Amino acid sequence: MEKGMNLTLIVWRQKDAKSAGSFATYAARNVSPDMSFLEMLDVVNEGLALRGEEPIAFDSDCREGICGTCSCVINGVAHGGQKATTACQLHMRKFRDGDTLTIEPWRAKAFPVVKDLVVDRSSFDRIIQAGGFVSVRTGGTPDGNAIPVSKEDSDLAMDAAQCIGCGACVAACKNASAMLFVSAKVSHLGLLPQGKVEQDWRVLNMVKQMDAEGFGACTVTGSCEAVCPKEITLDNIARMNRDYGVATAKGK
Amino acid sequence: MNIVNNLFHSTLGKKYLMALTGAGLFGFAVIHMLGNLQVFLGPEALNRYAHFLQSNKELLWPARFGLLAMVALHIWSAVKLSAENKAARPVGYLNDPAPPAASYASRTMLMSGLIVAAFIIYHLLHFTVKVEPVNLTGRDFDDLHVLDNAGRSIHDVHQMLVIGFQQPVVVLFYIIGVGLLCLHLSHGLSAMFQSLGLRNKAWWPALQQSAKAAALLLFLGYIAVPVAVLLRLVK
Ligand code: HEM
Ligand code: FES
Repeated sequence: MEKGMNLTLIVWRQKDAKSAGSFATYAARNVSPDMSFLEMLDVVNEGLALRGEEPIAFDSDCREGICGTCSCVINGVAHGGQKATTACQLHMRKFRDGDTLTIEPWRAKAFPVVKDLVVDRSSFDRIIQAGGFVSVRTGGTPDGNAIPVSKEDSDLAMDAAQCIGCGACVAACKNASAMLFVSAKVSHLGLLPQGKVEQDWRVLNMVKQMDAEGFGACTVTGSCEAVCPKEITLDNIARMNRDYGVATAKGK
Repeated sequence: MNIVNNLFHSTLGKKYLMALTGAGLFGFAVIHMLGNLQVFLGPEALNRYAHFLQSNKELLWPARFGLLAMVALHIWSAVKLSAENKAARPVGYLNDPAPPAASYASRTMLMSGLIVAAFIIYHLLHFTVKVEPVNLTGRDFDDLHVLDNAGRSIHDVHQMLVIGFQQPVVVLFYIIGVGLLCLHLSHGLSAMFQSLGLRNKAWWPALQQSAKAAALLLFLGYIAVPVAVLLRLVK
């Protein structure tokens, strides 16, 4: 059998939200290039557990790139720098034998560290609660095609709806700005007729909550777009800025 | 007062202010450059233009106050947002990695802006207030006069430029100042359309390229004057 890779990991360790953290160095031996990044961490953790040490805490759920739970900054890049890929879908063959990898949590005031690589992203939930929904009266099932939607709008809305809310945009932005996330939600709903009705109110409220959570502003550097595993684009931010201006001009 | 609140108390609103004042200042920068280029039409054209501006006090002062207000708002929103942006990431990443895909100009907007502000102050002292020690020539620019077509004595701006820009150190300040302004604009001009939401997918690549081209043209247009004087092409 082919021999695996040997890597050095420099990992952020932090006992809990209140403790100060620091970096610790670990050796990852005989890593198969076919493992995902998180599987590699699982193996390292097994080793730590066998030695009686505390395993490295990290978030994951689906491990197939659709839930947005995994979140680590690898070598300074959120999700590790492979185009349109979450950390759980990143494979070790992307790295070379002998590499040293730094592994850090998302860094933002609005994403406080809970433990090691796990951060609290409930600020995103509060932004959604502030306006990331459509108010509809329940009743009989409407006809499927009763409300016409143009193909173009539905495509753009579906592109924006791909956002899995992982927070990589915030992690990558030099300002820890959540503009890409918020604009994806604002666009996803605002492009469709059902969501247009509340668009003014939605964009003002979601932006207000975004600011209240302590995220930074947009400098149009494009870092968010570069790391987004779902390829959400800056076009959405432009659309949100326009919607915000329109709502403001109306005196809302 | 939702409008005031939305503009002054939100990140998006402050970006609107920054973009609107930036657009106004860019407009001034273009007109000012075109005015300067009249140096190449000879002393009479430039002096007539300068006298026209200086003698219209009713237009001059409102224009000056307007520019000052735009600069003040632009700097206020820039400094405020930069502080909020810094506060949004109290703990950074190991070894300060460069943010992915971010251009040099986009990462240094505050620094380029602040140096440009310092340069603008120098420039005003140099040619507007005409503080003698900063021109490094030992001459008082207030003493330079020439007769216009009607026989009136007016300020000899052409002579002031020719004497002023024969100082290589001064020319170097100008090249650095204008160079940083254009670095600022190479990012700022397209960011402005983004911040105001005045663009879509189809326009974005063209806007980004045009911003860089406009910044380069502005740079060349501005440094043409001091460089031409230094090389004795304008006397
Ligand atoms: C003649 C002078 C200036 C012009 C023409 C100008 C123009 C612009 C433009 C067009 C923008 C883009 C607006 C946007 O991002 O939406 C901008 C952004 C900016 N300017 Fe200026 N500017 C000037 C001077 C300054 C000065 C003196 C400062 C000093 C603090 C400054 C700091 C900034 C900052 C920090 C940004 C935005 C960075 C961000 O988006 O986070 N600028 N400027
Ligand atoms: S664990 Fe679900 S996206 Fe990575």
